[in-house]
Amino acid sequence: MRARAWLLLFAALVVAALAAIAFGSVSLSLAAVVDALMGRGAPDAEMIVRVLRLPRVALGIAVGAGLGMSGAALQANLRNALAEPYLLGVSGGAAVGAVLATSLSVTGPGLVPLAAFAGAVVAVMAVLAVAQAARGPGDARVLVMAGVVVGAFANAAIMIVMSNVPDQTVRSALWWMMGSLGDASWAGVRWTAGYVALGGTLLMVYGREIEILALGDEPALALGVDTVSATRRIFLISSLLAAVTVAAAGLVGFVGLVVPAIARSLGARTVRGTILASAITGATLVVAADLAARVARAPAELPLGAVTALVGVPFFLLRLRRMS
Amino acid sequence: MICFEGVTLRYPGQRTPAIRSLSLTAEAGAVTAIVGPNGSGKSTLVRALLGRVTPEQGTVVIDGASLAELSRRDVARRMAVVTQREEPVFPMLVRDFIALGRFAHGSLWAGPTAGDVAVAESSAARAGVTPFMDRRTDTLSGGEWQRVRIARALAQQGKALVLDEPTTFLDIAHEMSVFELLDELAHDGIAVLLVSHQLNLVARFADRIALLHAGEAVAIGSPSDVMRGDVLERVYEWPLVVSRDPAVGAPMLVPLRRRSPR
Repeated sequence: MRARAWLLLFAALVVAALAAIAFGSVSLSLAAVVDALMGRGAPDAEMIVRVLRLPRVALGIAVGAGLGMSGAALQANLRNALAEPYLLGVSGGAAVGAVLATSLSVTGPGLVPLAAFAGAVVAVMAVLAVAQAARGPGDARVLVMAGVVVGAFANAAIMIVMSNVPDQTVRSALWWMMGSLGDASWAGVRWTAGYVALGGTLLMVYGREIEILALGDEPALALGVDTVSATRRIFLISSLLAAVTVAAAGLVGFVGLVVPAIARSLGARTVRGTILASAITGATLVVAADLAARVARAPAELPLGAVTALVGVPFFLLRLRRMS
Repeated sequence: MICFEGVTLRYPGQRTPAIRSLSLTAEAGAVTAIVGPNGSGKSTLVRALLGRVTPEQGTVVIDGASLAELSRRDVARRMAVVTQREEPVFPMLVRDFIALGRFAHGSLWAGPTAGDVAVAESSAARAGVTPFMDRRTDTLSGGEWQRVRIARALAQQGKALVLDEPTTFLDIAHEMSVFELLDELAHDGIAVLLVSHQLNLVARFADRIALLHAGEAVAIGSPSDVMRGDVLERVYEWPLVVSRDPAVGAPMLVPLRRRSPR
């Protein structure tokens, strides 16, 4: 990818982040935002910028980066441009883990992601088993169908768990299931960013291995990759990233599908380049989608997952048509 | 260099072995070809070299070491395999594609070193693909793609090179250029093991041929020893004659028609 494309990606992220800090139910000028960030703004503006919007934008960046990297790694690992954590049911499995943990009063920004990770791993194993029983995970449509089945099962499990909790908990859990950055806090940002940085670093470390896995099983074996353990490793890392985003922001679909394609269209050719560009693009998309969710019907807020789906579903259909 | 010693291979759940008690050696500095009808077990031998099928009996030895005791990285440093099919889902630059041949030589995490880049470039030159280095893999023709894959295999710098039907779908010029390249590589001391359906080209270029039928070696020897009409007719179950290639004098198979022309 050329330097100009990287600059474009960074510039888009900066613009989206500044816009997300400036606009909302109360809009601020760029000067007011800068003053508030520097600690010399009006008290109300500082409150809005530093307490309400900045953690939300930071969480959006971490969630978007995690989803983008997870999607890019899953697509390369499965040799399938339709693979992404939401469509594969991985996010659904993570949601089951997170909901179970919450219902058992296992809370805390550090522990819920681990419970979500356990749920995601179970889901990915189930999806691969279902796909394998059909025509193999390399078949895009079979894989997506397996993901839909596992996702539906995860939804059913969540509804059963929620049927035994108080109404208020159900309401907040439902909102979370539709995706939201509304509960952003600096503690949550730290944990989410930490896990995302860990997962992202591991993906970059294993970048060449993923690159070779994307060539197919036999070429990868010929080049010296132990495909069984390498595939398992990449699934685990991708699941961790997806789980962390679910624990932080609920179900935010299609980001992992859309952003690797954007990265490739901007010239990303290596897996490491695609993963890094997907992290930046995913961050931009989620921050922008959250801004749209907040301003579209202000002061009411739309579910973040609904906004990303409005972008992702047409994209998915276009991809499917191109594959057909 | 690559040695199958009394190897029996069976796919899980299958009653009949795909390969039965096969002993075959692909020597350094020679082209060894494996031929035979569809389903005779040729590609199964390649899968065994890739570790996808484990021998039920016998051993596979690569460059003096048992395959069973080598890691995939060790194997990749000793032997390169150009598999029958490879279709990248996500296109990449030919330069990056060939550099992946160096994976087994570097650390798992590091990218290609200057030395790796030099090896990749010399391998590209050897395979005649230097002009394509900055093209994307999805813009290559079938012949260019096969040569690029061979270049990546050469970048592994193994002492053995295995190719599973490398000239399928190629026109005569590309097919000949691949066979000539393999001949040159063997001349340089590499053990070339080739699975092919192109009996006439194999007869011209191979030093030794193993003819497989139903998982067993029916004949192993020089082209003149193996390319015999009676043997080939029985194995392929089709009438044919073997004459002499007018250009180079190698055995040349001519399939006959079973029905009279209209």
